[in-house]
Amino acid sequence: MKASKLLMATALTAATVSGANSAAAEGALTLCWAAWDPANALVELSKGFEAETNTDMSFEFVPWPNFADRMLNELNSNGTLCDLLIGDSQWIGGAAENGNYVKLNDFFDQEGISMDDFIPATVTGYAEWPKGTPNYWALPAYADVVGWTYRRDWFERADLQAEFKETYGYDLGVPADLEQLVDIAQFFQGRDIDGTTVYGAAIYTERGSEGITMGVTNALYNYGFQYGNPENPYGELEGFVNNAGAVAGLELYKELYDTGTPPGSSNWYMGENIDAYKSGQVAMQMNFAFIWPGVNADPNVGGDNTGYFANPTGPAGQFAQLGGQGISVVANTDNMEAAMAYIKWFAQAEVQAQWTAMGGASAMRAVVEAEGFADKEPYNQAFLDSMAIVKDFWAEPSYASLLLPMQSRMHNYVIAGQGTAQEALDGLVADWVEVFEDEGLR
Amino acid sequence: MSGNPIDRVAEATPPAIANKVRGLSDRAIAWLFVGPSIVLLLAVNIFPLIWTINLSFTNFKANRLRDVEYIGTRNYERILTDADTWNSMQATAHFLFWTIFFQVLIGFTLAYLINKKFKGNDMWTTIIVLPMMLSPAVVGNFWTFLYQPQIGLFNYVVEFFTGIESSSFSMIGDVNLAPWSIVIVDTWMWTPFVMLICLAGLRSIPDSIYEAAECDRASKWRQFWTLTIPMALPFLMLAVLFRGIENFKMFDLVVQLTGGGPGSLTTLTSIDLKREAFEKWRTGYASAYAVILFVTVFGLASIYVKALNKVKER
Amino acid sequence: MSGFSVTEPSKRQKWIAGLLVITYAMVTLLPLLWIIATGFKSPEDAISYPPKVVFTPSVEGYVNLFTSRTRVTSSMEETLAPPETWYEEVARDAGTTIVGPSRYGQRFLNSVVIGFGSTFLAIVFGTSAAYAFSRFKVPLKDDLLFFILSTRMMPPIAVAIPMFLMFRELGLNDTKLGMILLYTAVNLSLSVWLLKGFIDEIPFEYEEAALIDGYTRFQAFYKVVLPQAATGIASTAIFCLIFAWNEYAFAVLLTSGNAQTAPPFIPTIIGVGGQDWPAVAAGATIFLIPVMIFTILLRKHLLRGITFGAVRK
Repeated sequence: MKASKLLMATALTAATVSGANSAAAEGALTLCWAAWDPANALVELSKGFEAETNTDMSFEFVPWPNFADRMLNELNSNGTLCDLLIGDSQWIGGAAENGNYVKLNDFFDQEGISMDDFIPATVTGYAEWPKGTPNYWALPAYADVVGWTYRRDWFERADLQAEFKETYGYDLGVPADLEQLVDIAQFFQGRDIDGTTVYGAAIYTERGSEGITMGVTNALYNYGFQYGNPENPYGELEGFVNNAGAVAGLELYKELYDTGTPPGSSNWYMGENIDAYKSGQVAMQMNFAFIWPGVNADPNVGGDNTGYFANPTGPAGQFAQLGGQGISVVANTDNMEAAMAYIKWFAQAEVQAQWTAMGGASAMRAVVEAEGFADKEPYNQAFLDSMAIVKDFWAEPSYASLLLPMQSRMHNYVIAGQGTAQEALDGLVADWVEVFEDEGLR
Repeated sequence: MSGNPIDRVAEATPPAIANKVRGLSDRAIAWLFVGPSIVLLLAVNIFPLIWTINLSFTNFKANRLRDVEYIGTRNYERILTDADTWNSMQATAHFLFWTIFFQVLIGFTLAYLINKKFKGNDMWTTIIVLPMMLSPAVVGNFWTFLYQPQIGLFNYVVEFFTGIESSSFSMIGDVNLAPWSIVIVDTWMWTPFVMLICLAGLRSIPDSIYEAAECDRASKWRQFWTLTIPMALPFLMLAVLFRGIENFKMFDLVVQLTGGGPGSLTTLTSIDLKREAFEKWRTGYASAYAVILFVTVFGLASIYVKALNKVKER
Repeated sequence: MSGFSVTEPSKRQKWIAGLLVITYAMVTLLPLLWIIATGFKSPEDAISYPPKVVFTPSVEGYVNLFTSRTRVTSSMEETLAPPETWYEEVARDAGTTIVGPSRYGQRFLNSVVIGFGSTFLAIVFGTSAAYAFSRFKVPLKDDLLFFILSTRMMPPIAVAIPMFLMFRELGLNDTKLGMILLYTAVNLSLSVWLLKGFIDEIPFEYEEAALIDGYTRFQAFYKVVLPQAATGIASTAIFCLIFAWNEYAFAVLLTSGNAQTAPPFIPTIIGVGGQDWPAVAAGATIFLIPVMIFTILLRKHLLRGITFGAVRK
C-alpha cells in the first residue's frame, strides 16, 4: 500500500515539527494548578523565586470542574506542559504507580526537608502513597478542607433569635451538630430579610466532576460511613459503605437539599456557592476554606457580617472532607533541576509564612502553630478546627472509576430523588466491588 | 481494473483529453489532487476506526502500564446489558426527537413568514441566525447562568409572561424540567439553521405552479397542503437529517449546561462515552461503545438517506 | 391582470408576517443581549439578586478577561506601589492587584492559528480533490463521496479515543500541528462536497479551450478553474473556519495548555472568588465578533454552506 508509506511520512514530519515545538517551550519553569484564588497568590509569591534564582516561570491554571480531566489527560498523554504539578490529593495513587510523579524521598533527605514539619493529616493526604507508608510523591502545598460560613449579621438579629428559640427550643448560633444545621437552614428557607427572599444553605450538588461527593461525605462520615473495613478496605465494603449510619447521613443531606437550599441549586460547586453567598441568597454556605479570605474581604458580606465554623459533629463523630494538594515534580519534565530548586525554595519556613500571609494556606506546622495564628484572621480558628478532623476520598489509581458511580448514585438520590438512600448506597457497594474486581484487588 | 480509487480515477479519464495534456500525466495529477485528502482521511478516520475496532475486544486502559488482553466480545456484552447505556440512549432519543420536532415546527413557520417578503426581511433573517454562530460550549455555560432561578434571566422572563413565580421552579434541577432545559437551549441555538434550509426550499418553488393552482381555483389552504408542503418536503427532510446527526453527536452544549444531571437524566451517549473513555480510562470498553455508536448512526443515516432519495425522485 | 400577481402576498399578510418574525427575533436576541450586557457589568452587579437590567457600565469584565489578579491582603498593602495604569486602577478599586496577563490572549491566538491553518489546508486539499472528482470520471464516485461525508457523522468523542492514542505515540497531543491536521480532516468532508458543487457549475469548455491553447492541465486548473470558483472557495472557507473556531470536544480532550483554543477556555474563566461572569461574557463577546462579521458579509452564501451544497440557488 502506497498510502501507508505516505501515512508514515506524514507522521514523521509531524513528529519532527512537534519536537521543535516543545523545544521552544524549554527554559521557563511551568507550574500547573487549579485556577482559583490561591493560584493567583502563588504567582505573586513565586516572583520571589524568580528573582532569587533568575528563573522564568509560567503558570497553567485550570478551573476546578475541568482540573482533573485536563491534568490527568496531560499526565496520561505523556505531555510536557507541566514541570511542577500541584495535583489533587486523589491522584497520588495513580500518578505514583504509573510513574507520572518523581519520588521525592531522596531529595527530601538530601535537602533536609522533613515531613515531620507538616501537619500529619496533610502528609498522609497529599504526599504519601501507599497511604501510611513513608513514600513521598509530593510536598504538602496547600492545606484545605470543607467548612462553613454563615451570615453573622442575620444570626444576631434579636427578632430572629427570639423566633428561632421559640420554634426550636435552643439558641440560634453556630450549630452544635448536623441536625441543628438542618434546623437553621429550614428556619431561613424562604424567609423575607430586608425585602428579599433568602434561603438556608448553599451546599455542594455538582454532577459533572466531584462536587456532590465532596459535599455528601461531610454528612456520611459523621453518621458512620466508612470506605470499607479498615483492616480489609477492598475486600469488605458491605456494612461499611452502606451501614445504617451512612443511610441516615445520606438522608440528612437529602433533607437539607430538599428543605434548606435555594431553588435551582442542583448543580452547584465552589463557584456557584460563592455567588449565592455573596449575592445574599443564603444564610450558610458549605465550601472549601480557600474562599474564606475572599469572603472576609467582600464589601457586602465580609468582615463582621460573616462567621466561620468547622463541619458540625454527628452521631458517629466529627469529620470534614479534606481538600488541598501537594506539589509534585512531573516525571516527564525537561527541567528537573529548576523544578527541584522550586520545591526546595517553597519548603522554607519564611516562604511558607509569606505564603499564608498572601492568601495561600501553608500546611507547615511552624506556620499554623505559631503564636497568635489562631486569632490573626477571623477564620483561622475554624481552619485549625477543621484541619484536625479531615478524612479523604479514595486515592487509589482507579479513583476516577470509584468517583463516577458515587457522583451518579448520590446525584440520582439526593437531587433527582430516585430510589432510597439504602438503594443508593447498596448500588454504590456493587459498583465499587466491580471496580476492585476489575483491578484485581479482590 | 485495479482496486485503487486513484488509479481508477485516472483510468476512467477519457484518453482524448489525456493525450492533449502536456507536462504531468493525468494519472499523476489525479494522484496529486486526491492524494493528500485520501491520506489525511485514512490517517484521521479510517486507521483510527480500525484501531478502535481492534481495541474494542481488549481490556486496554490508556492510563495503565499493564499488559493488554483480548477478552472477546465481553465489552459489548457488558455495554448492552448495562442499564446506564440504555438510560443514556433514552435520554438521547428524547433529546433528538423533541429538538427536531420544535426546530422543524418553528423553523418552517419562520421561513414561511419570511418568505412573505415583508420589508426588511433580509436584515431580520441575519439577526435570527446569530445564535448558531456562537460556540456551543460557551452557550451551554452561559445558559447555566441564565437558568439560575435567583440571579438568572430565564425564570424572570417566564414570570413576566406567564405569572409563574420565578423562584418556584428550576429548569436544570427539576427532574421533570431538566430534559426540557437542554431541548430549549438547542432549539434556541439551531432553529435558525432549519429555518434557512426551509427558506431555500420555499424559494425553490416556482411561482408558476401557484399561478396554475390559482387558475384551478384551489383554496390557499389546499395550495399549502398539496403544493407547498410536498415541494418543500425534501428540504425539510434534509434539515431533519443534519440536525439528527448533529444532535446524536451532541456533547459540548449539554455537558456544559447540566453535566448530565440531575442524576443521569441528561447524560447523553456522548457524555457517557466521554466518562468511560477519558475519566475512567476504560479504553477498551469505551472503544466498543464507540463502535456501537458508529453502527447506530451509520445505520440510521443510510436508511434515512434512502428514504430521502425516494422522496426526491417523486 | 397587469401589475398584479397571485403569488405576491397582500399588504396585510406582509404586515402580520413581519410582526411575528420581529417578535421572534426580539425574544431570540434576549440571551445574546444579556451576554453582551453582562460583559459590561461589575462582578457584583452580574450576580445581583434579583438580576439588574439597569446598571452602571463597567470595564472590569474586560480588564479581568485579559489579566490575572490576586486579592490585596493586609500584608501586601504596604509594599504595593500606587497604580500606574488605568487597568491596574480598575483592579485596585476591586481590592485586587494584577499579577500578570491572563491566558485569554494566547488562547485566542491559538484559535486564530488553528482555525485559519486548518481552513487553509482544508481548502487546498478540498479544492484539488473536488476538482478531480468533478473532472475525472470516477467509478463508485457516489460511494466515495458518501464515505467522505460519513466521516462527519462520527461523534467526536468516539473519534477522540484513537486520536488520543495516536497523538500520544506521535507526540502530537497538545500541539497546534496536531489540531490543525485533525480539524483539516474533519473539514475536508465539507469542503470536498461544497467545492465539487461549485466546480461542477464551471463549464468544462473553458478548460478545454485553455488546454488546446497549450496550457498544461495544472495551468488550466489554477489559471481558469480557480478564479471561476473564487466565490465558492470563499464561502466554503467561512464554514470550515466557523467549525474550527467553535469546536469544543476535540479541543478539550486533546489539548491542555500549549494548543488549547478559546472555546474550552472561555467557560472556565475564574476571577478572584467564583466564576467571573462579566469576564466570561466579555470573552464570549470578543470571540463572537469575527464570526458575526463573516456571517453578515456572507449571508447570501449561508444556505449552501450549511447544507453541504445540497441546496442550490
